[in-house]
Amino acid sequence: MKLRGRKIVGGKAEGELIVSRKPLSFLGGVDPETGIVTDAESDIRGESIAGKILAFPRGKGSTVGSYVIYALRKNGKAPKAIIVGEAETIVATGAIIAGIPMVDEIDVSKLKSGMRVRVDADRGEVEVLSDG
Amino acid sequence: MFLTKEEELILAGEYGYALQKAMEILVALGEVYGAERLIPIKSAQIAGVSYKNLGEAGLEFLRDFVNAGARVSVYTTLNPAGIGDEEFMEKQREVLELYRAMGIETTSTCTPYYGANLPKFGDHLAWSESSAVSFANSIIGARTNREGGPSSLASAIVGKTPEYGLHLDENRKATVKVKVEAKVRGFVDYSALGYHLGKTLGSDVPYITGLKPESTDYLKELGASMAATGSIALYHVEGETPEYREALVDKVETITVEEADLRAVRESFSDDWGEIDMILIGCPHASLMEIKGIAELLKMRGRPLRIPLFVTASRAVKALADSLGYTETIERYNGRIIADSCFVVSPIKGWYRGIATNSGKSAFYFRSFGFSVRLDDAERLIKEAP
Repeated sequence: MKLRGRKIVGGKAEGELIVSRKPLSFLGGVDPETGIVTDAESDIRGESIAGKILAFPRGKGSTVGSYVIYALRKNGKAPKAIIVGEAETIVATGAIIAGIPMVDEIDVSKLKSGMRVRVDADRGEVEVLSDG
Repeated sequence: MFLTKEEELILAGEYGYALQKAMEILVALGEVYGAERLIPIKSAQIAGVSYKNLGEAGLEFLRDFVNAGARVSVYTTLNPAGIGDEEFMEKQREVLELYRAMGIETTSTCTPYYGANLPKFGDHLAWSESSAVSFANSIIGARTNREGGPSSLASAIVGKTPEYGLHLDENRKATVKVKVEAKVRGFVDYSALGYHLGKTLGSDVPYITGLKPESTDYLKELGASMAATGSIALYHVEGETPEYREALVDKVETITVEEADLRAVRESFSDDWGEIDMILIGCPHASLMEIKGIAELLKMRGRPLRIPLFVTASRAVKALADSLGYTETIERYNGRIIADSCFVVSPIKGWYRGIATNSGKSAFYFRSFGFSVRLDDAERLIKEAP
């Protein structure tokens, strides 16, 4: 299965998916030291996004959340790529300053945690390699 | 999005890493929101100043960005800083130093328009701080989207912003008409109205009828409360704000605000004085007129307050209050004017448990932090306080 969206930050990555069904807040919602989701309202609370390909519908919360994405990268706990339904200021800015490949306009409901995917952000493509 | 030759060169990294990253942010946001080009801005106002919000993550980014040579290219001012313990204040000072190193005026206030940064009608801006965004758009008629800290910093560095949203005429038109039938007289009535509208409307552009605000401060509070409970960045008031004549174009829905709506807001913030251990005035930061009013109310009260009164204001306004003698009066009655700081962005849980305030914005935030809250006009708070 190949999904087509739009490039926000260029680059390529391949890895295991972690999918949040709910919008994600980075400030107060993801621990920049560990990459573990702490957002009380999140359906992937307690799970790590480090080294995975992170998919969620959209960002929410404080705009300072962009800096949390940057810190994740500096601490080696960032996701390899970010896939969202709808890009907004917080996550797009975070992915840019952290240099994490990012695509939007992807139907995230077609994705599920554990799948192996290849992201070609330059072409805005997400390819599902296996169901995991 | 169309980019000029120079913008392309910045994006390619010809002018260094910091400008390149800033340009990447603006271009990405422009693409996300469908802008056709970048437009020059007159000034920037940057949020993400308090260490409580920034944390180590933000501080690290600012350090790296300064080391990469980040410098602002337009006039830029800052949001309020936080107040905390010694360790916190050390980090807070470093944040301000880093912003200063970028060429930013480290005036830390949510009311830059009372001092260093006063835009004029039609100016394009990249401001964060939701209450200042509302003031600039609605009361002045300048044009800014509701930027976040990082996007306003990117704009300050490049000196431009993507042209979308409230920069364009068509998005400044009313999307809903609000008929105010309730009597709206004093400061706290405007707080309650803003609180109610933000909750009810979300992200509309309201056209409000039935208001005759006596003071700009009332409109400031209306917009701040609206922007706290909702994400309203622009409102029009018939006969009062500069763009109301052109605002009603499309046929839009009308909602009515009655006495009971405002009463409900006030009653939801009516915790007992027994649970209140500080009074907070100045959210957004107080004007000189508000401070003068507080000093006079304290004199009428005639005896010192048993719980502390904090009046938050910009350094510019506090300097005037100092030289005009209002600060001294306020201090005589157990009050203090706190310059360039904000309790909402300070780690004060544990220091206090309940606040009395005339601000709908403060009421909203402190309730969400788990504080007891009493919302009323400054007149009544100062008269009735223990």
